[in-house]
Amino acid sequence: MEEEIINFKIDGIEAKAKKGTTILEAARQNGIDIPTLCFLKDINEVGDCRMCIVEVEGRKGFATSCIQKVEEGMVVKTHSPEVLEARKAILELILSNHHKDCLTCTRSGNCELQNLCIQFNIQKINYEGEMTEHKIDDKSPAIERDFNKCILCRRCVATCKNVQEIGAIDCINRGFNSCISTTYDCSLNDVDCTFCGQCIESCPTGALREKEYIDDVWKKLKDDESYVVVQTAPAVRVALGEEFAMPIGTNVKGKMVTALKYLGFNKVFDTNTGADLTIMEEANEFIERLTKGGTLPMITSCSPGWVRFAEKNYPDLLDHLSSCKSPHQMFGAIIKSYFAQKYNVEPSKIVTVSIMPCIAKKYEASREEMEVDTLRDVDYVLTTRELARMIRQANINFNALEDGDFDIPMGDASGAGAIFGTTGGVMEAAIRTAVDTLEGKSLEKVEYEAVRGEKEIKEATLQIAGKEIKIAVASGLANARKIMEQIKQGKCEYQFVEIMACPGGCVMGGGQPIKNSRTRAAVDVRKLRADALYDIDEKSVIRKSHENPVMQELYKEFLKEPGSEIAHKYLHTHYTKKEKYNI
Amino acid sequence: MEVNCVNEKIKKDMAEILEKYTDQKDNLIAILNEVQEKYGYIPQKAQLEISEKLKIPMAEIYGVITFYSRFTTEPKGKYNISICLGTACFVKGSGNLLDRAKERLKINSGEVTPDGKFSIDEVRCVGACGLAPVFMINNEVYGNATVKMLDEAIDKYMNL
Amino acid sequence: MIKTIKEIEEIRKQKREELDLRININAKTKEKHILVCHGTGCTSSKSPQIIDNFRKILGENNITNVRVIQTGCFGLCAKGPIAIIRPEDTFYAHVKPEDCEEIIKTHIIEGNTVDRLLCKDIDGTIVKRLDELNFYKKQKRIALKNCGVIDPENIDEYIAFDGYKSIYKVLTEMTPDQVIEEISKSGLRGRGGAGFPTGKKWSFAQKEQAEQKYIICNADEGDPGAFMDRSILEGDPHSVIEAMAIAGYSIGATQGYIYVRAEYPIAVQRLKIAINQAREYGLLGKNIFGLGFDFDVDIRLGAGAFVCGEETALLESIEGKRGQPRVKPPYPASKGLFGKPTVINNVETLANITRIILNGAEWYSSIGTETSKGTKVFALGGNVNNVGLVEVPMGTTLREIIYDIGGGIPQGKAFKAAQTGGPSGGCIPAEHIDTPIDYESLAQIGSMMGSGGLIVMDETKCMVDIARFYLDFTVSESCGKCTPCRIGTKRMLELLNKICDGNGEEEDIYKLEKLAHIIQKASICGLGQTAPNPVLSTLKYFRDEYREHVLARNCATYTCKAISTIQINPEKCKGCGLCQRKCPVNAIKGEGREIRTIDPEKCIKCGTCIQACPFKAIGN
Repeated sequence: MEEEIINFKIDGIEAKAKKGTTILEAARQNGIDIPTLCFLKDINEVGDCRMCIVEVEGRKGFATSCIQKVEEGMVVKTHSPEVLEARKAILELILSNHHKDCLTCTRSGNCELQNLCIQFNIQKINYEGEMTEHKIDDKSPAIERDFNKCILCRRCVATCKNVQEIGAIDCINRGFNSCISTTYDCSLNDVDCTFCGQCIESCPTGALREKEYIDDVWKKLKDDESYVVVQTAPAVRVALGEEFAMPIGTNVKGKMVTALKYLGFNKVFDTNTGADLTIMEEANEFIERLTKGGTLPMITSCSPGWVRFAEKNYPDLLDHLSSCKSPHQMFGAIIKSYFAQKYNVEPSKIVTVSIMPCIAKKYEASREEMEVDTLRDVDYVLTTRELARMIRQANINFNALEDGDFDIPMGDASGAGAIFGTTGGVMEAAIRTAVDTLEGKSLEKVEYEAVRGEKEIKEATLQIAGKEIKIAVASGLANARKIMEQIKQGKCEYQFVEIMACPGGCVMGGGQPIKNSRTRAAVDVRKLRADALYDIDEKSVIRKSHENPVMQELYKEFLKEPGSEIAHKYLHTHYTKKEKYNI
Repeated sequence: MEVNCVNEKIKKDMAEILEKYTDQKDNLIAILNEVQEKYGYIPQKAQLEISEKLKIPMAEIYGVITFYSRFTTEPKGKYNISICLGTACFVKGSGNLLDRAKERLKINSGEVTPDGKFSIDEVRCVGACGLAPVFMINNEVYGNATVKMLDEAIDKYMNL
Repeated sequence: MIKTIKEIEEIRKQKREELDLRININAKTKEKHILVCHGTGCTSSKSPQIIDNFRKILGENNITNVRVIQTGCFGLCAKGPIAIIRPEDTFYAHVKPEDCEEIIKTHIIEGNTVDRLLCKDIDGTIVKRLDELNFYKKQKRIALKNCGVIDPENIDEYIAFDGYKSIYKVLTEMTPDQVIEEISKSGLRGRGGAGFPTGKKWSFAQKEQAEQKYIICNADEGDPGAFMDRSILEGDPHSVIEAMAIAGYSIGATQGYIYVRAEYPIAVQRLKIAINQAREYGLLGKNIFGLGFDFDVDIRLGAGAFVCGEETALLESIEGKRGQPRVKPPYPASKGLFGKPTVINNVETLANITRIILNGAEWYSSIGTETSKGTKVFALGGNVNNVGLVEVPMGTTLREIIYDIGGGIPQGKAFKAAQTGGPSGGCIPAEHIDTPIDYESLAQIGSMMGSGGLIVMDETKCMVDIARFYLDFTVSESCGKCTPCRIGTKRMLELLNKICDGNGEEEDIYKLEKLAHIIQKASICGLGQTAPNPVLSTLKYFRDEYREHVLARNCATYTCKAISTIQINPEKCKGCGLCQRKCPVNAIKGEGREIRTIDPEKCIKCGTCIQACPFKAIGN
């Protein structure tokens, strides 16, 4: 069917757009930009902030360009003096109820509100008045809320409620006293929040941010008594460059390693190796369950936001979760045991730091289960953004750095470990190992296209060693819920399911560089970052976890075999029912 | 212990109320109206039960409750003084009544006195414009009201 | 029990005869009906007890030919509680429960009127009969036709006065197109405020293709001081239900909702009864009159949010959410309740529908002005003698409403302004008192029709304070969704507070104006877009008052307490002490025949003493 084309006029230009295009989209297609604040493509299209107002001939008030569609013969003015005056006044109104401590704000330089102030040359605020006052919520180990900086765009609410289908936060109160909060204004720590951190990614200002541990890490780095080991997750290397003005999807592994060494970490390891270890254990666990009649489907457990979601919402189905700790936790436990022993470092002096694309990992590291013999697996979790801040603090010219290599003995990972960072990656990596194990030989086929891509729930049926195995991959908690409801109703036919809390997997994690609304509307950030990970995999010599010599040595020298007693001690965990609300 | 008892009671009441409704989300406001009517406020436990039934997150329910002025999360005073601030009453001086009530009870509108005896509400038109200005104590209407009448009424309930 | 059209006609015929005495002073009957207003206003001054007393006393005296009927609002709330005895149409005002015995004895048994309870008109003449009152003379009752005539809880009484005749006519004689055509031709426009042509609204929704469509009656009347819709629902609920069915037939909807404030318990109760009765008779539900048309109505309660009167906020509220308006377009006619095409009509609009269907578009459009047809109901309030509900043809002037119908301003004070449209409207100063009331002329002078609140203000009112009052209302009722309304109206209020507190600068007046214009154009919904109207219209007509507050730091009406001091002029004071006795806070000192003085520390500037002083000795 041919699409209907609409002819309209915008800022004096005769233009065309497909029927159903909004004025905002149509303007951008024609090279005219309209400022926005609350607009987040496909997620929050509500027209609250009123920045995108334009004049439409024949209409009494201003039109909302992010919602109103172009119509045949429509005449639009996007920057008449009246529109500009109104937008400026609206900005001033927003600022009149906003803590303007930009110099000390974590989002300074990457704040959509600040950018608009620059654009509109705001030098004075004409409408000062009473401000709403909110306590900062910093009770949780993962997220801080500072609603004194909230502009009520509701992008976070839409993300939490409509994308993730959690709804931990919503708009409460009315009128001037409206604010975004939880039930009874409780801490996020005490409600159904999963710490996925997607709200932070959608926040245009500094109202939502990670709980920062930079200063703690600096302190340890300064302390001669501490032996600080850092590991970096796969998704970090394909996003960190964005913080230093590199194109989205640039792999900066080498520069990142060099920078970490400059920062003073004693050892720089790759979480991808930890991922290989996870696969060894997880593939083994799956085979055990499959062959010995364990609970199926088995569901991956490397996404702590997902785990918290399951514990709060499906406490009766926790048996389905793999008992494997997530890669960085496993790796942390191995660093403080195997590595410490082998390199003769006093385990209690080791401080493990994880650089993660994730917010929930901060919470995961703080879970009481995550320690062995009173030693915490991971002491600090920093996000990609926090690492970038440390690099800037140290005045390192990141873009000019030489490439460095991860430290041995645990620096080399397989390509399977790399793709952990995108939705479907854990499944693909696990299948590579499980298939070889079940078939009893090394297969040529390593790529499983069916689990790649952005589809909400991807499914495939594999023939392995004469058995039909149904697998599924879901990312985003709304999709996780769909799978869990299937299981609950006994309608689930899968044997193995991968679930990631963040839509798109870790490359789109809550700790990744924040992309503004315009970028998110224009490019597919997930695909660019994920492609970079698949590229790493493709270029790897070793693409299966069990073929990684580091793994073979680790099991030979320390863990014996997957699923062994010692492996359980260091690498596995358990889950318990958590109250949805502690209020 | 006491809290548990209260919660059990609410759970039972709520089961009765919720039974009358389907689990469609658009029932929320009707249910909240019924709960408000029953308890004079909407207890947290009741919200949890509603959240379970309608599959609406607690934050959203709280958002709805705090949006509509009829809903409250705290019980009102034993004697709730509603002062009509509809235009007809305002033009005839109900603002003075409000000021006086606040002054006498040392609370703001929407608040309850520490002893739980009085609360003040500003209401928009109770429909007795012919009697303006009007205030109400619980369901009793005081028409053509004066500051003096209000004082006397407060005195009366103060000593009860 | 489902009734056929024949059975309905049967009821109509029989009841109509029986009820002739209600509208015919010469009705040949041995019966008498005592009609007692059971609307909210009279109910709060004990009309239920009056009804009980009448019935009890009648019973005690074994009188069987007199029935006590509870009706809806008669309109003249200022005289309430009201009892009317028909067919002779004797009108008793300010009836107290203890008066019932005397009325029964003197009027019913002895056949004499109880003179002391008769109503005095403003000019002092004693009025015996309702229709002799000036209050009613210039009114034309279409929407309120049945209010005060029938028992709203008895469907048979509604049927008696042509009830459910229109829906039958529509179903048997008219196509949906013809109905819409008729409504369009009548010139009926939305009575909720904006005045959108009703027929046009229906035709938009009719043209949409959808499996489900909805009719919604907007009964979330929230303007402070307006109670037209409530009175219609309380006095004549079936007329609204029947109209919804007609609308449903026209656009192809089978489900209707009435969104009504929970603060209107009597209206809600009457609606429930009416819906149940209509269902019982088969006038709602499946296959109405056996003609293959399905339509049902349910009630949805509001919960105290003025903004829910805005149609898209109302939709959100029915869907169980916070009442936050949606951006338009898309309009509800194409994407409304649950995303389906929806027509939302206000109560009063709907109350006109059955009359138009029965009497024809031509009849309806012969009433009113060129662009505004029919009548408008106003809730007349504030500083006016006959507070109450009035229905006048469009084009009636404000002067006629206030002086002829409303009986003028109490205590002979001068008229200063009238506010129409509530917090969305504007004030009309004395210079425009002869403006004929219709949509266009009100808009032209900076006000709006609004839903029908009409508040009269006398010379003692401070217009800056009035603007502040309305803005305070909007600020507390703003939903908080869009920036201009959420923060902008708050800033405007702060500027007004600053001015009233005596801290205003001349620049603040300009700031107010600028902000007002931006909020008007940039807000999402009608609430925000109209919120600045009271400020803009008072600035337009009473700018000097603002300037006096700012430049002279004086409020001439003693309303803004920070900039008005009340003093007793010792030259004029005669020491009578009247002020002292009236002062609610004992702020006035002096004994015996001494000249009185006011303790400024204690004085709350309520102005009671100014009113009390017979010598005009108190002022600033």
